[in-house]
Amino acid sequence: MSRATPTGTASAVPAFRVVVARRRVPVLLLIELLVALVLLVVPFALAERIELITLMTNVLILSMLAISFDLCWGYSGIMSFGQAFFFGVSGYVVALVGRDLAFSQIWGTLPLAMLIGLVLALLFALFLLLGRRTPTPIFVALGTLTGSYAAERLVSGWRYVGAGNGLSSVKLLQAGSYEFVEGVPFYLLVLGLLAVVYLGARVLVRSQFGLVLAGLRQNEDRLAFFGYHVQLFKAAVFAVAGAIAGLSGALYAYHQGFIGPGNMGPALSTIVVIYALLGGAGTLVGPVLGTAFIEILSYWLADIDVIKPVWPIVLGLVLLLVVTFQPSGLLGMLVSTRERIGSYGRRGRA
Amino acid sequence: MPETLLEVRGLRKRFGALRALDGVDVTVRPGSFHGLIGPNGSGKSTLLKAIAGAHLPDAGSIAFAGRDITRTLPYERARLGLCLKFQITAVMTELSVYDNVLLAQQSGERLPTLLRSRTRRLADREVMRALERFRLAHRADELAGGLSHGEQQWLEIAMALAPKPRLLLLDEPTGGMSLEERRATGELLQGIRASFALVIVEHDLDFIKNICDHLTVLDQGRVLDDGTVAEIERSPRVQEVYVSRI
Repeated sequence: MSRATPTGTASAVPAFRVVVARRRVPVLLLIELLVALVLLVVPFALAERIELITLMTNVLILSMLAISFDLCWGYSGIMSFGQAFFFGVSGYVVALVGRDLAFSQIWGTLPLAMLIGLVLALLFALFLLLGRRTPTPIFVALGTLTGSYAAERLVSGWRYVGAGNGLSSVKLLQAGSYEFVEGVPFYLLVLGLLAVVYLGARVLVRSQFGLVLAGLRQNEDRLAFFGYHVQLFKAAVFAVAGAIAGLSGALYAYHQGFIGPGNMGPALSTIVVIYALLGGAGTLVGPVLGTAFIEILSYWLADIDVIKPVWPIVLGLVLLLVVTFQPSGLLGMLVSTRERIGSYGRRGRA
Repeated sequence: MPETLLEVRGLRKRFGALRALDGVDVTVRPGSFHGLIGPNGSGKSTLLKAIAGAHLPDAGSIAFAGRDITRTLPYERARLGLCLKFQITAVMTELSVYDNVLLAQQSGERLPTLLRSRTRRLADREVMRALERFRLAHRADELAGGLSHGEQQWLEIAMALAPKPRLLLLDEPTGGMSLEERRATGELLQGIRASFALVIVEHDLDFIKNICDHLTVLDQGRVLDDGTVAEIERSPRVQEVYVSRI
């Protein structure tokens, strides 16, 4: 048996990454721990700056939405432009439940929002993923984009849901008689929920189920010939991602006290794509970093009149540059593909 | 055990004006090593793909273990015990060698089992045994993309065997291999022949004569002859049409 030299790509990666790989430093884990530490410190370091706590709470909520997209695209190859749809519909529903039923208890509305996201995503999956023919990514992208756009147009003209003005003065989220107003308690609540979502997603993508996702990302057709009903796996991930998007939509409505047509349309769906691709799709923590990067930068630059009108153009250019020159996102500069994908077997070492 | 594992009857498949398969009949018995030979373009790979479900035939029928699978989806055929190794290697290059086999090994598990990773440890012994059998155990933790072409072919055969198929379909498994690797591949397949039936497409006639007990010769989408290796070697039709052209 002749032995060829392994055709790895060590020579093509930056020298610092090779050193990291040799030492087997778990870079991704270190980044995750660092991000967790920073997010834990935020409420104490910024306790006096309520506007920054509000900003960071918003970052966490949108991070949740970005993670839902990452599960779709980064792990399952589903190009979903519909995450804002699940986000927005759930936001509208909890706002309406608060307005019409005077109910906003956390134990009822947040699970309801997740259920709505899950069911809507399953309905989308039924049409877009579970047909007899294997759907192309373009087909799914256009299908979800159309859904998102149609929903935005629908609520824009529907007076019951506030039409173009949306629903404002959303009833505050309650736990018993306690009301969550924006500030440190709301931040900690969202941080706790984000941690649960993150760890749950991490367990999912590192499980034997996650191995199937890793396989289908590389060669979807091949998996079918092993006996995998690939589209069923995709539909399951899409549904979970829908539930997460629904949860983040409800939190957003409660936190902002508002939900409007712009929170469920293609614009938000697209910016979620930018969050994930900029940070690094397929890493979970990358989308969190991407969200923080864009939202914090937007906050700082919002007061500069010269930049304000061209900011969307700058964002578009950032996306173009990332997709062209750094498709693995910011984290791709620090984390090797081997570590990002990881190992699943008992013997495996990332 | 039924007398026939796979029964292909009157299979037809056209690609535009080209008749890739034109009324093909093939029967495979349980445990048989069945070779498909013929000149380039004779329909061997098309037949193999039609059996696995990659191509839907225009006419004819395919029965596997007594069940009609003519219109059955590929993943359902695989679950019945049919596994195809494509001509072009399709290992998951960004996964480790170990994970490639684990991925194939766990394909029969239900979704909730996979979510809870309940069989990961149980599968370990089987995965390592498969890797040892194909001389890849020492490279278990390496990326599959780092293997040589021959090793990738072996890995893919190991993956195809991992779900314990009743019928393995191999499309040119020794393509691009050295003579030594071909010999070793033949030995590996012979060593485990009791556990499954095989339909193999291969251009290397010596290789196929050594491992197969039955041959079907195709030419221009039709069955030219069918029989044991000795019968095919003596067949004047095969000698006239096939051997003279090779």
